[in-house]
Amino acid sequence: MIKTPDLIASLAANATPVRRLRPPVMRAACWLLLAAVVLTLLAINQGIRPDLVQRLLEPAFAVSMAAALSTGVLAAVAAFLVSLPDRSRLWVLLPVPALAVWLSNVGYQCLVEWVAIGPDGISLGEAARCFATLVLTSLPLSLAMLVMLRYAAPLRPTAATFTGSLAVAAITATALSLFHTIDATVMILMWNFGTAVLFVGLAGVFGRRMFRWVAPRTLYARD
Amino acid sequence: MTHDPSGRGPSLRLVGKDDSSGAFGTASVARDVDWSILMARAQEGDRTAYLRLLQEITPYLRSLAARRHRDPNDIEDAVQDVLLTIHSIRQTYDPTRPFAPWLVAIANRRFIDRLRRQGRSRDREIPLTAEHETFCEPQANLEESPDRQELEGAVNHLPPAQQQALRLLKLKEMSLKEAATVSGMSITSLKVNAHRALKNLRKMLVDRSEP
Repeated sequence: MIKTPDLIASLAANATPVRRLRPPVMRAACWLLLAAVVLTLLAINQGIRPDLVQRLLEPAFAVSMAAALSTGVLAAVAAFLVSLPDRSRLWVLLPVPALAVWLSNVGYQCLVEWVAIGPDGISLGEAARCFATLVLTSLPLSLAMLVMLRYAAPLRPTAATFTGSLAVAAITATALSLFHTIDATVMILMWNFGTAVLFVGLAGVFGRRMFRWVAPRTLYARD
Repeated sequence: MTHDPSGRGPSLRLVGKDDSSGAFGTASVARDVDWSILMARAQEGDRTAYLRLLQEITPYLRSLAARRHRDPNDIEDAVQDVLLTIHSIRQTYDPTRPFAPWLVAIANRRFIDRLRRQGRSRDREIPLTAEHETFCEPQANLEESPDRQELEGAVNHLPPAQQQALRLLKLKEMSLKEAATVSGMSITSLKVNAHRALKNLRKMLVDRSEP
């Protein structure tokens, strides 16, 4: 075992200048900007769903969209806050109200008006395009989030992965309802709850491993 | 942005001294400001400031570690772990905020991780003591010898070929090839004889224990 004074000396010798992290809210804003860019590019490429304006006038749809979006924003802010060592762990709860509104709204809509199959029927093409949107939105956002949160790896990996993946899931769900005409209740359920569960679950399974991969190098050298 | 009240507590405590009179309060605030400045300069690449900071926080970290670990080696390991972590995430410190909560949060996280890791390995491992080794010695297993005599007797009742196959393969634990060269029997006949020997032994021992 290396002696502590020697370790200190070698660490001090390696003290290269580092750039301080920007305030967490600012970093969250940067990430959300990236999300906005991704969504805009997708909108240019795939086109907004044709009945968007009309649907936005329906309160239920508007509320669930707004709730999903604010879940994404709040979860991103929370993720950047909990990734810092000296902020309270309770920031994890920040997106919970919006999440509750989002999921309960979607659930309530499905209970009240169960549409088994939309007017045009379920087309597999639409489902495939939905899936493409899902991957195209979530992949760059997850990777960016992972890299931006890498300093949380030795501190609160679980809380950071949970909030980070929730942010990705909420933004992805928003993108899905922006771009795709999803009328069948099963599809709405699947694309909303499904994305949320999918991302939080994936993060739970792979989060730690991915964090180890991007974590600052000196950390795990001794393990 | 609010503070975690529990994370803030230890920042106002001095090493090894638990009475927090007013004088100590101001002293620790001054120290905190000192460390803050040192860390801010370290982030800009000032090596002497960084060296001084690490040297000053080490006794403090040691006292924090001593609350959670018993073994002096563990304490030293834990302190080094914290120092390495601080080094790798020194970007995350914001000089406008107090230093001690940042430090204490990192330290506690690393200590708890270490305790968990130790707990996990303790669950999987059994330390080998002198007692375990004693029990492996044949002298310690006196009560098994009557069984052994009975088994020997049963083996002696077997036909010679089966006896030989059993002794070579099972009691001396030779491989089939080795046993074949020693006994001059073919591998197939060794297999057959060992199988029959076991079958006969089972029958004999069951018959003996039944009446």
